[in-house]
Amino acid sequence: MRNVSRLNYFAIFANTLDESQKRLHSAPVDRGAFTLPALGAIVLATVFASESLTRPEPKHERVHVTYWEKWTNFEFDAMKHVVDEFNKSQDKIQVDLVSMSQIENKTLMAISGRIPPDLAGLYGQNVSQYADENAVMPLDEMCAEAGIKKESYIPVFWNINVVHGHIYSLPTTPASTALHYNRKMFRDAGLDPDKPPQTIEEFDDDIQKLTKMDAKGHIQQAGFIPSEPGWWNWCWGAFFGGKMMDDKGRLTLNSPENIKGFEWIQSFSKKFGADNIQSFKTGMGNFDSPQNGFMSELVASELQGVWMYNFVTKYNPKMDWAVAPFPHPKDRPDLANGTVVDLDVICIPTGAKHPKEAFEFLKYLQSQKGMEMLCLGQKKLSPLLQVSPDFYSKHPNKFIKLFTELAKSKNTLYPPKMGIWAQYNDEISAAYDSISLMHKTPKQALDDVVAHMQPALDSYNERLRLRGIK
Amino acid sequence: MTRNTGPGAKREARAGFVFASPWLIGFCIFLAYPLLASIYFSFCDYSVLKPPVYVGLDNYKELMGDELFWKTLSNTFSYAAIALPLGMLTSLILAMLLNTKVKGMPLFRTLFFIPSLVPQVSLACLWLWVFNGEHGVLNTLLLKFGIEGPNWLGNPAWSKPALVVMAVWGGGNAMLIYLASLQDVPTSLLEAADLDGASGWQKTLNVTLPMISPVMLFNLVMGIIGSLQVFTVPYIMFPNGTPERSTYFYTSYLFDNAFRFHKMGYASAMGWIMFLMILALTYGSLRLSSKHVHYQGG
Repeated sequence: MRNVSRLNYFAIFANTLDESQKRLHSAPVDRGAFTLPALGAIVLATVFASESLTRPEPKHERVHVTYWEKWTNFEFDAMKHVVDEFNKSQDKIQVDLVSMSQIENKTLMAISGRIPPDLAGLYGQNVSQYADENAVMPLDEMCAEAGIKKESYIPVFWNINVVHGHIYSLPTTPASTALHYNRKMFRDAGLDPDKPPQTIEEFDDDIQKLTKMDAKGHIQQAGFIPSEPGWWNWCWGAFFGGKMMDDKGRLTLNSPENIKGFEWIQSFSKKFGADNIQSFKTGMGNFDSPQNGFMSELVASELQGVWMYNFVTKYNPKMDWAVAPFPHPKDRPDLANGTVVDLDVICIPTGAKHPKEAFEFLKYLQSQKGMEMLCLGQKKLSPLLQVSPDFYSKHPNKFIKLFTELAKSKNTLYPPKMGIWAQYNDEISAAYDSISLMHKTPKQALDDVVAHMQPALDSYNERLRLRGIK
Repeated sequence: MTRNTGPGAKREARAGFVFASPWLIGFCIFLAYPLLASIYFSFCDYSVLKPPVYVGLDNYKELMGDELFWKTLSNTFSYAAIALPLGMLTSLILAMLLNTKVKGMPLFRTLFFIPSLVPQVSLACLWLWVFNGEHGVLNTLLLKFGIEGPNWLGNPAWSKPALVVMAVWGGGNAMLIYLASLQDVPTSLLEAADLDGASGWQKTLNVTLPMISPVMLFNLVMGIIGSLQVFTVPYIMFPNGTPERSTYFYTSYLFDNAFRFHKMGYASAMGWIMFLMILALTYGSLRLSSKHVHYQGG
């Protein structure tokens, strides 16, 4: 009985197992019932895991300051280094640096859309236009509290930031310009490379010797081309003592000094041929390329800025070159050491979410340590009057002291502070074309600019007056 | 066909609007509102950064006295006056050639269409080198025939023709539309013309061109709109409209006013003037063409 019942149990168990196996094989398995919850669980687990990994501890939460900067490449890297050092130096503020093309347009749109960055790296020439529109915050009070004062800066690099008596931006990196020349080409032309031209008249003689033409009269090598690189078409009259605007706000571009400057520009077309110069120039590549006229040793001398060192080192490190102050007219020794200056600036747009925190970074940047870190990184001069003892010894550009001295000279050339500078500059560039193509005399071309721009300036000033800005 | 007016009709209409809502919302926000707002802004002193101030017709009056406005308008119309007819003619001739029965035709059609696929920015960079006065491909080729080419990009007399050449080179879209319509010309009509002893030229003039005239009108209208709004290529190739503003076009001046000079009200007024000019030209083309355009079946 016992055995029988044991057998029965076994048979029942075997049957049950067999049935369940049959059911398992015959009934379709609802995989979705398993996979969906499983996937959901994975997603949730991932979200929680990433949250817990990325979310900072509440007690260390930093205020994020958004900073848009126009630079790319080595210039951006230098600022990134300063930003990283600032972020490391404290635990309250995190500056997020973003490289932004066409920064002036994008900042404008962001301000009007009320979503501006906390910091914007604009060009010095934008400051007036943005200040007129109240698009950037005045920094007077914050500067006073932080001890940032005019006396610490090379005067021109402070003044560029001041509009209607208020400071609207602070310097990032400054630049001054000088005559860059190829010593080998000077030697080959029988000139002494250690005695660069002092006056425009000497320079004219040197240019004649340095310029080589082929049998057909085509330029093969140029001593100097005023339109290369062509970034400061407004400056030529200023080198002859011309001003672009008087103290009463009247445009003076057609003054005798300015006309003289542009007559000098036209003299190149008269001597070498306008078409000839243009054809020669189109044979050169972009500025930032090995085909650059100066770096490919097609042009013996050029008006260039402190940044040129970076590009010569990159594209033609073996080139034997030097820098000297741009020549002045012989009868105007008072205009010696004339230099076009330029400044990249940083400002806090109106409507920025974290102006105080943004200014904390500005304070760090404007310190001698911050500024030297940036300027050494970009291999430029410092806008501050005081530099550390090893700033010059560490600086790879052996002409850096000359650029600094030029920036301190009384003959610094900078565009007038006016909200419609972009328009005025466009007009001057169009006049420059007419002059160099010999389609107009310098007087005609400059008279036309003043006739067109003076009413535009008057109407602009009137609009400012109506808004109570001026 | 009966119209559905039952209880489901409303639900269906609602569902239709819901499905179309992404486009409708986008259209209202990104097109309809800016379009209508720009009418108002054209009567305002508006810098984008400050609230607009109503100034009546001041912007329009100022434009009438603005030398640069007339200069850019003249540049644009003189460019369009050459680029449009030349482009239409070239596309038509190419389409006719590509409609013939020649071995390897698909390859030829592809080759002639490819230039229209090149993005505008790449096109500008490419042609900067083609037109280079010193080392350009075009001048090198011309030199082989003993012709010393001009400095295309630096000479005001040659800068606009250079842009016209580029526009003609990229006219593959118009060519494709012509080609499609040429293939639609009824062979029965061409055969009838053959039986009547018509020559090839007579067949083209009296059969083919009238039959494709609606497409020619379409290309004309699109060409007017496109050539008067020329912007990207000259903006890249000729900064500030150099040389001597010979390539400073209407849309470039409009863009500069809006985004560089912060004169959005002035730019809006320019935009509306251009809109009205294009509208008038399109209307004029449609009216003038009513006698010359033949629609099949009507």
